[in-house]
Amino acid sequence: MSTMRGSSLAYLIRRLAMFALTIWLGLTLMFLIPRMAPGDPIAAMVARISSQAGRVENSEQMIQAWRTRFGLDAPLYQQYGRYLWNSLHFDLGYSMAYFPMKVEDLVRAGMPWTLALLSIATVLSFLVGSTLGALMGWPASPRALRLVLPAALCFTSIPPFMLGILLIYVFAFGLRWFPFAGAYAHEFPPGRNLDFVFSAVHHGILPATAIVVTTMGFWALGMRAMMVTTSGEDYMILAQAKGLRPRRLFWMYGVRNAILPQVTSLALSIGGIAGGSVLVEYIFTYPGMGYLLYQGIVNNDYALIQGMTSILIIGVATAVLIVDLAYPLLDPRIRRGDL
Amino acid sequence: MNTPLDNPVLRVEDLEVRYGNLAVPAVNRVNFEVRRGEILGLVGESGCGKSTAAMSILRLLHPPGRVTHGRVLLDGIDLLAMGTREHRALCWKTISLVPQGAMNALNPVLRVENQIADAIAAHEDTRSKGPLTPRINELLALVGLPSRVRRLYPHELSGGMRQRVCIAMAVALRPPLVIADEPTSALDVVVQRVVAQSLLDIKNRLGNSMLLIGHDMGLMAQLADRVAIMYAGRLVEIAPVADVFRAPRHPYTRQLIESTPTIGQRRPLAVNEGGPPGLGTRTAGCPFAPRCPHAMPRCANEPPAMAQCGEDWQAACHWSAQP
Repeated sequence: MSTMRGSSLAYLIRRLAMFALTIWLGLTLMFLIPRMAPGDPIAAMVARISSQAGRVENSEQMIQAWRTRFGLDAPLYQQYGRYLWNSLHFDLGYSMAYFPMKVEDLVRAGMPWTLALLSIATVLSFLVGSTLGALMGWPASPRALRLVLPAALCFTSIPPFMLGILLIYVFAFGLRWFPFAGAYAHEFPPGRNLDFVFSAVHHGILPATAIVVTTMGFWALGMRAMMVTTSGEDYMILAQAKGLRPRRLFWMYGVRNAILPQVTSLALSIGGIAGGSVLVEYIFTYPGMGYLLYQGIVNNDYALIQGMTSILIIGVATAVLIVDLAYPLLDPRIRRGDL
Repeated sequence: MNTPLDNPVLRVEDLEVRYGNLAVPAVNRVNFEVRRGEILGLVGESGCGKSTAAMSILRLLHPPGRVTHGRVLLDGIDLLAMGTREHRALCWKTISLVPQGAMNALNPVLRVENQIADAIAAHEDTRSKGPLTPRINELLALVGLPSRVRRLYPHELSGGMRQRVCIAMAVALRPPLVIADEPTSALDVVVQRVVAQSLLDIKNRLGNSMLLIGHDMGLMAQLADRVAIMYAGRLVEIAPVADVFRAPRHPYTRQLIESTPTIGQRRPLAVNEGGPPGLGTRTAGCPFAPRCPHAMPRCANEPPAMAQCGEDWQAACHWSAQP
């Protein structure tokens, strides 16, 4: 085994190079795409200002000045070089739409909300969905559980924002159990006190439910298929012959093997959390990353879009890297040497 | 006084297994017994029902397969009539299984020691894992594996080692009967010998009985004390292995023996072309008649019954029963 140490180091290096390449490619695409989209962010900004002020003198000159200020008059390759350099230093620059706010500050304000909402929702969805799926795919489960399958399929096909609208209508507008929008009540500003925590949870329940219910089916279906495969495996038959308790069969022989492909998907989802859930956050006016990204796109705010997407790219790439490196802990078959 | 003949470990009585609504049972009223300390070979070609019979004895038959008739008596207790929970408490302690060599019968994410410990812990009260380690080492030594194998995962073992781990696991609770379902299939010839030898050593050391399922008459000659030949779900001959090789009574048994290749002479394949009838079509007479070189008019209409044709020798054939 120790002879394989060299190959595992080579693997690590290869994997890190892949990580860097992914990030570079992602950053480059995110530089090019908004610049190819129609619309000029500076013109839009000046137009917004002039519509507020009624009339602006020398708007041509003003646009030119802003362009210089944001470096948009430089040739594309110079912009690109500066962009990569700044990205490497996590200097995301100024937002155009929210000038003079820095992108970094906007992200800093939105990130905690998104992280809290989406990581709880994603983990909950994964746990509930996978457990349901495992039970659905288990031959010894009660037959009634099979009815869950069409329900799961049904919920998976509803887009989360549609369910969000429905939830708002029923539970916020109709029953008035939950607030319509926002992340916390304004009388309880963020701080270390129970009132705020309670208020934040109260605001988070509807958007979280919208995400959990609509994404649960995805986990359930994947897990169900894997569980069906696993329960037909030879080791399962031998384990049955051994007379193991059903609980042990289910968890250590069934779920333990069926969960492996699910974990990769989970890592991708976790990495994607940094980007927020654009539509759900928009529907619930939730001040997270998704809402911010939406604002960036609407306002053609290059800096904001680039900043947010680079965070997203780094998030996903890091999550995949971690899973690839940690996966051998879950699946002994791909353990490389003594890594 | 109990002679081995009076007191078999396992007695299968009139076992009938059907798959779904198919016309013909996959196992058709089969009777045999496994005597104390013997290895009984259950032989036949693919699809003859030998594995289905074994799975029924272990109660591992999966739907649409189901036992429609018969009893499986282990020391006089009917295993098929037991409650699920009761049977689970009893199973590995009384009958264990060595799976097919081709199978990935070990859980890929558990170490060998955990899989053996699982079998022990399911049936004995083991609070801590400590005292199990020497026992597992001992079991591995029994099949000629070093104790470091204990800490390995299945994918780190060769096919033969994996199969020997399965054998060690099968005797972990010292069951009176081990069912080995084609234990050497899909292993290369050298490894086949090692695995076969392990099975024989274990049996001689522990004195358990064994039901050895397979299609390889050569392996049977090497290991079994008696053989039971199955064809199309029925038992066609059962006798001590030496007798069967010397003078098989059923034409099918003869063909099975003659189709075992030997180095000395090269000869054309002894088995007639064709295959056993499918489970969808009912046959009136002897199911082997269409392939049988000795078929008589009677064979097409009247199914032969098992009949005594020597001391400790039964066969189901009109032709060989003629005076």
